[in-house]
Amino acid sequence: MIRVQEEDFDVGAEIAALVRGNHEIGGVVTFVGLVREVTGGAPIAAITLEHYPGMTERGLAKIEAEAHQRWPLSASLIVHRCGRLEPGERIVLVITASAHRRAAFEACEFLVDWLKTKAPFWKLEETGEGGRWVEARHADAAAAERWTKG
Amino acid sequence: MKILYFAWLRTKIGAGSEEVTPPAEIEDVGGLIDWLKGRGGGYAEALDDLSLVRVAVNQEHVGLDHPVKAGDEVALFPPVTGG
Repeated sequence: MIRVQEEDFDVGAEIAALVRGNHEIGGVVTFVGLVREVTGGAPIAAITLEHYPGMTERGLAKIEAEAHQRWPLSASLIVHRCGRLEPGERIVLVITASAHRRAAFEACEFLVDWLKTKAPFWKLEETGEGGRWVEARHADAAAAERWTKG
Repeated sequence: MKILYFAWLRTKIGAGSEEVTPPAEIEDVGGLIDWLKGRGGGYAEALDDLSLVRVAVNQEHVGLDHPVKAGDEVALFPPVTGG
């Protein structure tokens, strides 16, 4: 399942809802991304996440399906927030559940790496000196690239 | 053809989307971008360095040699920074 929303999410409630009634699940891996206050320069007051409605949902659904093809997952959930968020707020949630932990760990990392490099979201940071669009990080591209090798 | 602009491409160009009718000889993304740059102003500034511009046609990531035609939805945006 995938969702793009402005509202916050409750990590515990999301995990409980995802695994409810599915007793083949032996392990659940959760990634929660938070808004950092300092990203290299001056402290930020907030970020605003812009996205491409339609392409975002389509891309998330496609990559989730790919994760299910590559790993034996029992269930998964991606929630990405949009709009204005302040430091410390939750921004993204990825949950993967499988009979065994290895598939869940690997699939979760695969999905997060993809989100960082392919999902059409853009962060605008608000600082004391006005708005500044965040630049893409080379480390994120390298992290995503390793899933295409071999 | 509908063109969408996101993040700093949107702010430099001054619009989030527009309907355009490029000349018939424009057949691919690269040609479309050159044509848009020819409008000057914010277009020329936003599209000056194509290493900073990513493209989707009908909501799929594509390269500059991807064909474009009437009715397509073309999106121009910087490298993504979500997650």
